[in-house]
Amino acid sequence: MSTITTDPHAHGDHHEEHHHSPPAGLKRWLYTTNHKDIGTLYLLFALTMFFIGGAMAMVIRAELFQPGLQLVQADFFNQMTTVHGLIMVFGAVMPAFTGLANWLIPMMVGAPDMALPRMNNWSFWILPFAFSILLASLFMEGGGPGFGWTFYAPLSTKYSGDSTALFVFSVHIMGISSIMGAINVIVTIFNLRAPGMTWMKMPLFVWTWLITAFLLIAVMPVLAGTVTMVLTDKYFGTSFFDAAGGGDPVLFQHIFWFFGHPEVYIMILPAFGIVSSIVPTFARKPLFGYASMVYATSSIALLSFLVWAHHMFTTGMPVFAELFFMYCTMLIAVPTGVKVFNWVATMWRGAMTFEVPMMFALAFIVLFTIGGLSGLMLAITPADFQYHDTYFVVAHFHYVLVTGAIFSIIAAAYYWLPKWTGHMYDESLGQWHFWCSLISVNMLFFPMHFVGLAGMPRRIPDYALQFADFNAFISIGGFAFGLSQLIFVWVLVKCIRGGEKATNQVWEGAEGLEWELSSPPPYHSFTTPPHVK
Amino acid sequence: MAKTSRYRCTLLSLLFVETAAAAELPLNMTKGVTDISHQVYDLHMTILYVCCAIGLVVFGAMFWAILHHRKAKGVQPAQFHESTKVEILWTAIPVVILVVMAIPATKTLIAMEDTSDAEVTILVTGSQWKWHYKYLDYPVEYYSLLATPQKQIQNKIAKGENYLLEVDRPLVIPTGKKVRFLMTSDDVIHSWWVPAFAVKKDANPGYINESWAKVNVPGIYRGQCAELCGKDHGFMPVVVIAKEPAEFESWIQQQAETQAKAKAAEQELLSMNMTMAEAMALGEKTYLGYCAACHQPGGQGLPGAFPALKGSKMATTATELAAHIDIVLNGKSGTAMQAFGKQLTLQEIAAVITYERNAWDNNTGDLVQAAAIHAAKTGNKE
Repeated sequence: MSTITTDPHAHGDHHEEHHHSPPAGLKRWLYTTNHKDIGTLYLLFALTMFFIGGAMAMVIRAELFQPGLQLVQADFFNQMTTVHGLIMVFGAVMPAFTGLANWLIPMMVGAPDMALPRMNNWSFWILPFAFSILLASLFMEGGGPGFGWTFYAPLSTKYSGDSTALFVFSVHIMGISSIMGAINVIVTIFNLRAPGMTWMKMPLFVWTWLITAFLLIAVMPVLAGTVTMVLTDKYFGTSFFDAAGGGDPVLFQHIFWFFGHPEVYIMILPAFGIVSSIVPTFARKPLFGYASMVYATSSIALLSFLVWAHHMFTTGMPVFAELFFMYCTMLIAVPTGVKVFNWVATMWRGAMTFEVPMMFALAFIVLFTIGGLSGLMLAITPADFQYHDTYFVVAHFHYVLVTGAIFSIIAAAYYWLPKWTGHMYDESLGQWHFWCSLISVNMLFFPMHFVGLAGMPRRIPDYALQFADFNAFISIGGFAFGLSQLIFVWVLVKCIRGGEKATNQVWEGAEGLEWELSSPPPYHSFTTPPHVK
Repeated sequence: MAKTSRYRCTLLSLLFVETAAAAELPLNMTKGVTDISHQVYDLHMTILYVCCAIGLVVFGAMFWAILHHRKAKGVQPAQFHESTKVEILWTAIPVVILVVMAIPATKTLIAMEDTSDAEVTILVTGSQWKWHYKYLDYPVEYYSLLATPQKQIQNKIAKGENYLLEVDRPLVIPTGKKVRFLMTSDDVIHSWWVPAFAVKKDANPGYINESWAKVNVPGIYRGQCAELCGKDHGFMPVVVIAKEPAEFESWIQQQAETQAKAKAAEQELLSMNMTMAEAMALGEKTYLGYCAACHQPGGQGLPGAFPALKGSKMATTATELAAHIDIVLNGKSGTAMQAFGKQLTLQEIAAVITYERNAWDNNTGDLVQAAAIHAAKTGNKE
């Protein structure tokens, strides 16, 4: 340790320069081992994927604008819903959170960089290949994967096209990337915290990401196992999911959701961390219950391993199993409630201002809670028999993932953008982005609750006439939400290119090590560790 | 300018249509027509009200804070945090609410899963993309296919009232009796859903699931397949007619008779030969009903997914005729090609094979008769 903490000036000037300025051009991005560069790459990649997956959603909404088949045929429609889901989950939300982790965790714990910088480079640069493979499969003869992002067997084995092989390979690469990213986060947090930063002094974003990283390491190998079994069932004559060979198609769903349910928390726990950073800043008041937030996050993570079969109530389980999974699922509402109550208590008697990050965080709290409450409804097994696989479920998980995860990512981008670029973003453009998004996203997803309750199944390219008006309305909301995101790109470009100079602290109420660095921060965040009191 | 105002009108009318349509489109879950579906509806409404109440309290507090505790009003932020009392309270209250909710949910669930003492049992088999119903207590079984014409789906003619929710042969069940459904599948996973009965159960290939309904009100009830099952997942509706027991009894006896007669007639038909014109006409009808979803009406298939029949080796070479009959009768394992031996009559199979060998310039001139299919079928059994 003593050699590391020696005076940095002893290394000499030349050495210093080499370390403090990145190489120029394409090589900088290809060879970079710097956490900020890699964070930027992740975030730009996620944004690109968000628009590609979004374009697919536009195709879906355009086809559903009216009853009948107009623009696309049923086969291609299924490919759109499948690849839209895969891209948004693995290409947009997860890489965006990893990008935020890369940018923020070293600055928040007072480290110079991530602990394993070369692996960091590798974990990003395999991603473009994974998604190129997945997207290329759409142009194969017979089209891309069309069995839903949940790829239930035997639809994905015996009855799928040869794009399945590409799908399996690309999911493997995404999984490897996520596991490497998670290892890096864990090693960084365990080893590179500044002196004095004890576990219970870590910022909540760091805490939630640490727990997320453990979830990733626990379940991504399960996903890898699942896709491998799909591959061998399809091409190598095994019968894991085929009753004719002694297997069971429902086994697939058990394995998939054992990955799948923790996966949904992987996509929301870092969001909790973001909102827990933003709300105290703009309420100018400390977070109400820091410790209980940490415990609530941990219990949500543990419970996430005990609820997977609530996705499968209609598959025909013994009534005892149905009861067990119903009770465990209802139980998750308790720690989640603790989180929401904490945020509201933090706002209570604060002195709030409403800049764009706060607006997105407030929208997150309300709309994520709506998604959480519909989740509670879905937990009630007898009612779930009616909700299952309808638009009610589509509404539920889009409230949790779009107005939950994605709103938190946008909030984070606005919150830390002045820190990252050194410039303030355009506040009024940002407010336009917020209000357009808020109104359109609710036009898009709220009516889905009603069509679902009225009996419209999900994943259908055409529907009965009584759903027509609602679907037209939903599609208009969808197009408006898609267009609103172009304002975001405009804000980002404008902010990166220039703008009012940001101070170190940026926001009046901001606290934490990242706000002590200059804006933009030095290439290597903390070359000498700060002392945390 | 005219265009803009017209556009505005459409937007406005859209809003009004929305309210007008509300009368037609139920915004809520159906109450249904069974005791169980009523219980499920009540559970749904209770949990919905609980959620609304929680939302009202939480969002109410939040908006109160947003309105009053803002810097623009010149307030000084309080610095309080951590309170074990409050935290225990907001952990305990939700637990109590959940326990109260769990009790009726548990009762209903146990009642729903009790399939004992059924009076009528029906085996429901899903396959891409149709349902097959077999009454285990009567010698009656049949397929139930989407009845909406392709022309309506492709927007060539006006859509009917029950667009996509109509079938050629609905399932018929008696009212007032406990009817047990056994679900299974011939290929991928399907899910048999009738909202009015609160029954949604997956049909898993190789396994049998159970569910039941005791319908109180005679009527026609419509539902759909609820589990993504491939290309035409959106086009396999469920239609159930509930009849008074006496009416049901006479219906099913009539069905049993008709089906027995049809079987006898089929045996007689073995010695009769169709003309080419008859075979082609019946063949085309059968092809469009059973084969065209995958192999396409023009026989060109979907490259990479479903093979073409037009100009294919099997449908154009004389030496492949036996293989052609075999694949239609028995399907091809490891692919989506099903066994049609039990779905179609001997005559239909003979006609469809004749059609496939002569339509779309295949022009082999082969005329296959029911007797040849019968021979292949019984030959297989030995």
